[in-house]
Amino acid sequence: MRDWKHGFLAITLVAGASFAGTANAQGTLRIGMTAADIPLTTGQTDQGGEGMRFIGYTLYDPLVSWDLLSADRPSELVPGLATEWSVNEDDQTVWTFKLREGVTFHDGSPFTAETAVWNFDKLLDESSEQYDPRQSAQGRSRIPTVESYRAIDEYTLEITTTEPDATLPYQLSWILMSSQANWEALDKDWERVAQEPSGTGPWQMETFVPRERAEMVPFKDYWDAERVPQLDSMILIPLPEPNARSAALLSGQVDWIEAPAPDTIPAMEGNGFVISSNTYPHNWTWHLSRLDGSPWNDINVRKAANLAIDREGMGALLGGLMVPAEGFLPPSSNWFGEPEFEVRYDPEAAKELLAEAGYGPDNRLAVKALISPSGSGQMLPLPMNEYVQQNLAAIGIDVEFSVVEWNQMINLWRAGAADPAVEGAESINFSYFVQDPFTGLIRHLSCDLIAPDGTNWGHYCDPEMQALFEEIQTTFDVEAQNEVLRRTHEKYVDDALFLMVAHDVAPRALSPRVEGYVQAQNWFQNFSSITMTD
Amino acid sequence: MFVYFLRRLILVMPVAFGVSVICFMLVQIAPGDPLTAIMPVDATAEQQAAMRAAYGLDKPLPVQYVVWVGNLIQGDMGRSIATGRPVADEVFGAVQNSLLLAVSAAIIAFPIGVLLGFVAGYFRDTILDRIVTAISIAGVSVPNYWLGIVLVIIFSVNLGWLPSMGAGPGGSQDWSWNWSHLRHLILPAATLAVVPIGIVARTVRALAGDILSMDFVLALYAKGMSRGDVIRHVARNAAATALSVMGLQLGYLLGGSILIETVFNWPGSGYLLSNAIFQRDLPLLQGTILVLALFFVAMNLVVDVAQAAIDPRIKRT
Repeated sequence: MRDWKHGFLAITLVAGASFAGTANAQGTLRIGMTAADIPLTTGQTDQGGEGMRFIGYTLYDPLVSWDLLSADRPSELVPGLATEWSVNEDDQTVWTFKLREGVTFHDGSPFTAETAVWNFDKLLDESSEQYDPRQSAQGRSRIPTVESYRAIDEYTLEITTTEPDATLPYQLSWILMSSQANWEALDKDWERVAQEPSGTGPWQMETFVPRERAEMVPFKDYWDAERVPQLDSMILIPLPEPNARSAALLSGQVDWIEAPAPDTIPAMEGNGFVISSNTYPHNWTWHLSRLDGSPWNDINVRKAANLAIDREGMGALLGGLMVPAEGFLPPSSNWFGEPEFEVRYDPEAAKELLAEAGYGPDNRLAVKALISPSGSGQMLPLPMNEYVQQNLAAIGIDVEFSVVEWNQMINLWRAGAADPAVEGAESINFSYFVQDPFTGLIRHLSCDLIAPDGTNWGHYCDPEMQALFEEIQTTFDVEAQNEVLRRTHEKYVDDALFLMVAHDVAPRALSPRVEGYVQAQNWFQNFSSITMTD
Repeated sequence: MFVYFLRRLILVMPVAFGVSVICFMLVQIAPGDPLTAIMPVDATAEQQAAMRAAYGLDKPLPVQYVVWVGNLIQGDMGRSIATGRPVADEVFGAVQNSLLLAVSAAIIAFPIGVLLGFVAGYFRDTILDRIVTAISIAGVSVPNYWLGIVLVIIFSVNLGWLPSMGAGPGGSQDWSWNWSHLRHLILPAATLAVVPIGIVARTVRALAGDILSMDFVLALYAKGMSRGDVIRHVARNAAATALSVMGLQLGYLLGGSILIETVFNWPGSGYLLSNAIFQRDLPLLQGTILVLALFFVAMNLVVDVAQAAIDPRIKRT
């Protein structure tokens, strides 16, 4: 019976592929995720970048998407469910989005401007029938300046922002479109939608067992012929423990694992497994307190600390799976610019700068740092922080750690450096998603977002930086905006505003049977090109 | 016997009350905000307050406790903060998986432990005794998560005989005793069985040794009873204690297998508990701890009653 079903599925898919003229169903890809549960399936995902990668950009589409098809350049925004967008020249708070025609959800219902409005209401309008607090918690903060929205006609959407905000297209890449018809068919119950989700994405849900597995199959009517999946199916399995993930791959129970433990990589490579990695917009930093009395207010101290870190040595510690930081953004970023301060390993120069700041062998500087033993995106925080501690001690900075569990760390990050719960720590080790202007740069240092009203943990506020942020938000030409972003990043580096240590390279280990994967320089990835060999 | 059972059952009530208070309070005093997982990273103070009110976390602790217990009595354990799913569904599904694992481990551990212990006790102070003692000490001492990893490396990675993770083909486990399901059970159950094997063996060894040196054993031999019949008498005398130890071990196996379930990615209560802790998922954490604690209480009750049934002297004391 099972074989018969598989046979039928294969025949159906092949027939669909022939019809579409592109698909070529081949095999099943089993993925071991680092998450402890299948990310939220109703539309707006949880579990951060991993949730968006595996459930978000597979089952769903945003209006504005990312180019995930090439590995050799940073990803850029591309049309998604919107084919084009523009801002009103007279009133820069009003945007018009032309929507893609002929797109259907997995349940067969059409995607229109009304559906898009319904989706914004599910996140932003607490009085609407479809408002979902869980999705809202994940999506609302991604579109902070969206004030209103309306359907002009079937395929034209208008969005109005509270103030001119040229970063809106980046923000919209987070917002995923769920099917209204599916929600209505399932008694308007999001819990039922979680079991039977319906998006417009290249994959559709076949089987969903919470905490255990999600099985997806290709959506043969997907609007983008280039991204119709070639596999028969893709299975997501939560495997949060690194050794369990590695063992599952080595014993052939999964074909792909996220974030293999560095010390298992030689064994994997020795057994023919492929370690795939690429630079991507992620960093591993110490966010510094700029409250009165913080030693990090002295630029010489900040620069000295940045020059004290032996990043090559840390790379060896991580089995080569990091890019040494040269700034806050990865060196390959479009927005890196040409900062004057060279972030490098130079302990002698560091000692001189520290001496200028009034510290030396007889007057060592003592600082306190908040760190966590684990956490999403935190790489290997304990050995990495101990390495930083040794490097800083070598130039005369003594670090005392305050180690808190990751969940508590998020609370303390939200609370900000001035909160009593932080107990005087002058820095917090936090890794950041730096893929878009707001999430990557603005939210960390904007005067408007000083904690606890935002995520400016260190209470930094600088008029010059604030002017740059405003310029980013009011520069609507993409190239001109990129230029402002470069200047902003140059100031990040030249003022040594963070202790800039490393960038993760998103390592994943693949079975030699996995073919056709291109690792985009992005948090999200394209799985449609993948096939499995026998 | 019925009166004894009733008395023990009544004694369970205050214990269950105490357990519920401790479960509720333990997770309240842990640092961290339970709403972190679902709140926007830049949620304003107003949004945070509204969310806290929506989950009833703005009320005084005694009020929260009363509401929680009131809902529990009606069979409502609340919804997981992280997933929105009913806690009862999450917990009972996971407990069923853990129970399957614990029972399998007990099925392995009890006969092996009893046999080893009895052999060591019967042949006390011989080389056989020393070997068994060394095995049982090793069983109790070896970190079982480490042993699990070693078994995975040998039997899954190197030999490829058994799966390293998951609860069954297709993801979900059930009580089907076919080969596909058993393959997933073998490694975690064997790993989990190691500690109780050591504990049961050491207990039975001590018991058997003591009983064999008692006067009534000499009397049995003096009456001309065969060695087999004497062993049967000794076994009967040791059975109640061995059963009690194993019963308590079953409680530990169910609640104390967090590391094993993590190593083998077994979707049981230990695994659920660790997720709930890391996500600071208050309702899920409280529900899981409560169910495990009550299971432990229930196991104690069952063990006491079973002991009394086997050894009538117990209910008189």
